[in-house]
Amino acid sequence: MRTVAVVGASLAGLSAARSLRKQGYDGRLVVIGDEPHRPYDRPPLSKEFLAGTLGEADLVLESDGEDLGAEWLLGARATGLDRADRAVRLADGRQVRADGIVIATGAAARTLPGSEGLAGVHTLRTLDDARALRDELARGGRLVVIGGGFIGAEVASTAYTLGLDVTVVEAAPTPLAGPLGETMGAVVSGLHADHGVRLLCGVGVKGLGGETRVDAVLLEDGRTVPADIVVVGVGARPCVEWLEGSGVELDNGVKCGADGRTSLAGVVAVGDCANWYDPRAGLHRRVEHWTGARERPDAAIATLLAGGAVEPGVPRPPYFWSDQYGVKIQFAGHAGGADSVTVEEGTADDRNVLAVYRRAGQPVAVLGMNQPRLFTRLRKQLAAVTS
Amino acid sequence: MIPACRLADLPRGEAIRLDIDPPVSVFHTDDGEVFAIDDTCTHQDASLADGWLEGCEVECPLHASKFDLRTGAVDAPPAKLPVRTHEVVIEDGTIYVQVSTDAPNLPPCVASRLAGGPA
Repeated sequence: MRTVAVVGASLAGLSAARSLRKQGYDGRLVVIGDEPHRPYDRPPLSKEFLAGTLGEADLVLESDGEDLGAEWLLGARATGLDRADRAVRLADGRQVRADGIVIATGAAARTLPGSEGLAGVHTLRTLDDARALRDELARGGRLVVIGGGFIGAEVASTAYTLGLDVTVVEAAPTPLAGPLGETMGAVVSGLHADHGVRLLCGVGVKGLGGETRVDAVLLEDGRTVPADIVVVGVGARPCVEWLEGSGVELDNGVKCGADGRTSLAGVVAVGDCANWYDPRAGLHRRVEHWTGARERPDAAIATLLAGGAVEPGVPRPPYFWSDQYGVKIQFAGHAGGADSVTVEEGTADDRNVLAVYRRAGQPVAVLGMNQPRLFTRLRKQLAAVTS
Repeated sequence: MIPACRLADLPRGEAIRLDIDPPVSVFHTDDGEVFAIDDTCTHQDASLADGWLEGCEVECPLHASKFDLRTGAVDAPPAKLPVRTHEVVIEDGTIYVQVSTDAPNLPPCVASRLAGGPA
C-alpha cells in the first residue's frame, strides 16, 4: 500500500492517521477535511468553549510537535469516490488517488425545515457553529432549545450558567429515553427543572416566528414560546452523500463489518458516519460517541493494512459522558435491551446516582451521575461480562 | 518522603489518593508493582485513582486518556500532556512516595484555581 487517503479530519480521521503510523504504515498519507481547521475536540463546544472558559487553542487535538508525516488538504470537501480509479474527488476539482481509503466524514447537525436564513437560529456541530452561538449567547436574552437530547441539554445548561432565560422543547414525553431509558431519562432531564430551566415535553414544533430574525417558537399545541435565540438540537445525519453510486454500501451511514470493512476492498469507515456490525447484538449500530471515534480506528486500520485478514477483537461497551449543571453524567452499554434498572448507590432525587441496567439478570448498561469512581468499576465489570 | 499506606492495605488492582497539593495517586498493579503519579488528569479535573487500571496503564475515569504509570506519558486525546511520576519506596511494609520536584501539568481549570483565579 503506497498511498492512504483519510477522508475526514476530526477525531476519527486523526485517530486513523495515528493508527496507520503506529501500526507501521510508512507510505504517503493524505488527510482530507472539509472544515478549514486542524483537528479539534468537539465535546467542549457545547460546554466550556461555549461558556468561554476554554479557548480555541485548548481544543487542538494534536500534541505539540506531533508530526504524522501527512499531507493535509483542509477546506477541501470530498464529493465522490471513484471506484475504478481508486480516487477521492474533491469539490475544487482535485483528485486524490489512493490504494487505501478511510472514510471518516462524520455527521452533520439536522436542521429544522423552514428555518434557513432566519437570523438567531443555530445548530451546533462545528467550531464555526460554536463561535457564532457563543457570540449570540454573550448578548443574553431568551433562548429556546429545540430537542432535549445531550447537545440540547448541554447548551441549555451552559446558557443557564451564562444567565440566559432558557426553555427546552422536546417532542417525546421523556427526554433522553432512547439512550437512557424512560426512568433515568426523566432523572437526568430533571436537572433542567432543578435549575429553573423550563422543559416542555411531548409537544412538537410547528415552526418558527419572525421575519428576518427569529422571535418565537410555535408549538404544535398552539402555544407560542418567545425567543431571541433558538438552538436546534435534533440529532445528526451521517455525511455519506458523496459516496452515492461509489459502490460503497450505504445503510444509515456506511455499512461496515465488525472490523470497519466496507463493501469495497481497501476501504474502511470509522466514526459517526460508520454503521458497524455488532456481533454480540447481531445487528448494525451507528454509534456517534467520541470514544468510538477515538478507539475504533485501531481495528479498522488493522483491517485495512492486513487486507481484511485479521480477526476483529471484541469492542468495549460504548461509553459516553455529558456535563450538565455541574453534574458529571456517564453512561456505558446499551439501555435498549434492559428489562430492569436499579439504583445501586446514591439517590435519583439528589442527582447523585449509580444505576445498573440488566437484562435477564445480566448487566447490560450503567449510568452514573457524579459517581466517576463507582461508574468506572461498573463499566469495567460490564466489559468483562460482555466480552 | 510521604508515607502513603501499608502495602498490605492496598490490594492489587487498587489505587489510593494522597490528598496533598496537588494530589498524588499510588497504584498497585495486578502484577504486584507499585507506582505513584499525579492524581489529576492533565485534561480536566478528574482523579486518576478513580480510573481504569489495566496493566501498567490507567485510563482517566472521565474521558479515557490513558497514562503510563512508569513514564507518566499519555497515549491519546483529549489529554495531551504527561503526568509527573514519583519515586516509590517500600520499607517495612509501608509505601512511601518521594514527590517529584518537576512542575506538574495541571488542567487549565485546576491550574487557575491554584493560582487564585476563578475555578
